[in-house]
Amino acid sequence: MASLQEYLFISGLLFAIGLAGVLIRRNIIVIFMCLELMLSAANLTLVAFSRFNTGENGLPDYNGQVLVFFIITVAAAEVAVGLAIIVALYRARQTVDVKDLTSMRG
Amino acid sequence: MLELLSWTMLLLPLCSAAVIQLLLREMADTAIRISVGSVAATFVIALLLLESEDRTLTVQWANAGSFHIEIGLIIDDLSRGMMIVVTGVGLLVHLFSLAYMKEDEARGRYFAGLSIFMFSMTGIVLASNFIMMFIFWELVGFSSYLLIGHWFQKDSAAEAAKKAFLVNRIGDFGFMIGILMLWGILGTFAFREMAGSATLLVDSNSTLTGIAVLLVFCGALGKSAQVPLHVWLPDAMEGPTPVSALIHAATMVAAGVYMLFRLQFSAGIEIFEGFAGTTIAWVGGITSLLAALMATQQDDIKRVLAYSTLSQLGYMVMAVGLAGDHSGEAGMFHLYTHAWFKALLFLGSGAVIYACHHEQNIWKMGGLFQRMRKTTITFAIGTAALMAIYPLSGFWSKEQILEAAHHDQPVLFWLAIIVATLTPFYMTRLFIVAFLGKSRGHGAQEAKEVPPIMLYPLFALSCMSVIAGFTPVAEKLSPAFHHPSHSFSPTNPVFLISLAALLIGISSGILLYRGRDSDPLAGNRLFKVFRNKFYFDEAYLVLVRVFQNAVAVVVHFLDDFVIGNLIVGGLVRSASGVGNLFRKLQSGNLQGYAFLFGAGIILIIYLTVFAR
Repeated sequence: MASLQEYLFISGLLFAIGLAGVLIRRNIIVIFMCLELMLSAANLTLVAFSRFNTGENGLPDYNGQVLVFFIITVAAAEVAVGLAIIVALYRARQTVDVKDLTSMRG
Repeated sequence: MLELLSWTMLLLPLCSAAVIQLLLREMADTAIRISVGSVAATFVIALLLLESEDRTLTVQWANAGSFHIEIGLIIDDLSRGMMIVVTGVGLLVHLFSLAYMKEDEARGRYFAGLSIFMFSMTGIVLASNFIMMFIFWELVGFSSYLLIGHWFQKDSAAEAAKKAFLVNRIGDFGFMIGILMLWGILGTFAFREMAGSATLLVDSNSTLTGIAVLLVFCGALGKSAQVPLHVWLPDAMEGPTPVSALIHAATMVAAGVYMLFRLQFSAGIEIFEGFAGTTIAWVGGITSLLAALMATQQDDIKRVLAYSTLSQLGYMVMAVGLAGDHSGEAGMFHLYTHAWFKALLFLGSGAVIYACHHEQNIWKMGGLFQRMRKTTITFAIGTAALMAIYPLSGFWSKEQILEAAHHDQPVLFWLAIIVATLTPFYMTRLFIVAFLGKSRGHGAQEAKEVPPIMLYPLFALSCMSVIAGFTPVAEKLSPAFHHPSHSFSPTNPVFLISLAALLIGISSGILLYRGRDSDPLAGNRLFKVFRNKFYFDEAYLVLVRVFQNAVAVVVHFLDDFVIGNLIVGGLVRSASGVGNLFRKLQSGNLQGYAFLFGAGIILIIYLTVFAR
């Protein structure tokens, strides 16, 4: 059985990969996917803590897992809205490359 | 009663000037009457005060603990005599100006200027302390500026007025420092409190006293136009001739000598001993020599008289500086006699200029004796007095100075004798060329005698030139007159030497200039140096230019590089650099913003979790 540290390590790694993707990738849709990756990492952290924390009278603490459900729901809604914005952006600028979306000259 | 009269004597000309300047400049004739009336009234008061006893009237002006400045009038032997000179010559000049300036449009302004001058000069003469004297000293310089620049539309006159004022200011700078030093040494500004303190202080720190006296002498250098600050006086001849007679012959330029003698009179003669007195005497001697040399080659009648004034002022300064037995009194006596005959000469030249339609070059005059007999005779009397012919007034005062020089400093005596040779020479030259012979110029051919109102002052001044030297008259009227210790005798060696000098001068003048149409010495290289005034003006121009350029280069460097480039430019560059730095934060790059966002969060987490 894996210990809490290993779960947290995985989730941290996932978060870092997601963050790196947001900062480095040029395609907006890929940036969005990395954003979702960061969210998943947070979910994994919550589940891990929920698994390894026992609450009072010996029963496991399910608060974390309930929060994960909320997060998944909100993430879904957010993806819907975000993709709508990306489509609108594509229609306006004819590109999904972040570098081409900069309108300032500095 | 006498107090009221004394204050009136000082303040009446000021009121006259104020009234004219503020109200009456356009109503010139009323203005003239007020001005002449005020000077006549002050002359009467000066006569009335002749018999009064010595007194000092003061009003406290500024107090700060033990330091106080007063405004006061000192009425003693010295100031009574000077007031006679100032108001007497002033009255005669005012009368002369009535005719001379009759057609001038700005005569209201002119008479206001004359009134301001009378006020300022009275202030210097009657001042009871150094601070008040300094205030009026500056005022006199200001009125001189006004009057020299009366015809300011002419460039040369405006330049001359500026030059006079600036050169005077240079002297006044030293004067102020000298006054303050003397205050530090003597403990007071007031003349009556200085009495007897000279012996004490000369023993204690004579170098400091000597330096203080020399700095005070700087004021006399400027005002009385001694070398090297003499350059303004010939240029000051740009003013109207009555102004030259009043200010630059009789009164203002004498103020320097008066101030030195007042110091000697009040603080004791010991204050002039040592290097201070010797320097003053030598400066006076050198001035009189250089001025006499320059006078021998001038062609403008007023310039000759101006250099002659410089030369005689040199005599007076030399006498005061000798600090011998009553040599200062001899200097003052010469000041008094010189005022009369020099004013006569200047007014006479004014009459000549007026008659010749403002021609001033003596080589374009000539033959005026036939046309203007009375003026010529008065001019001749003035010339004789200046040349110190016995028994006219100039003779007595010059003899006193020569005696004092012979007694104390033989080298200066021989210098004075050389000047006594040159003076008759250039005056003979002037008289022969301008008055005798045949008329050379258009103006001279049409000259006729001047109106009576110009002649009366000339007559009055001639009388004074003749009688002012005699002991009974001089006793009453001359400032601080001292009876000569031995009466006149024809076998006195000083008299014989000076008589020889006189005869040599006159005869060489007659020989060289009789019947000439142009100056025979003009081509000679040495005499060209005299004609060009020893190139003093050119030297000053170069000096001013060199210093001005040096200062300008330094200031330009400071302004351009230090202030412009370093400070202002530096501020600009740093502001723009910082701005550039902050500009990079707003790149419009999405991922850049995201990066900063992430970095900020990591920083916050570190600060809150790990840095406790």
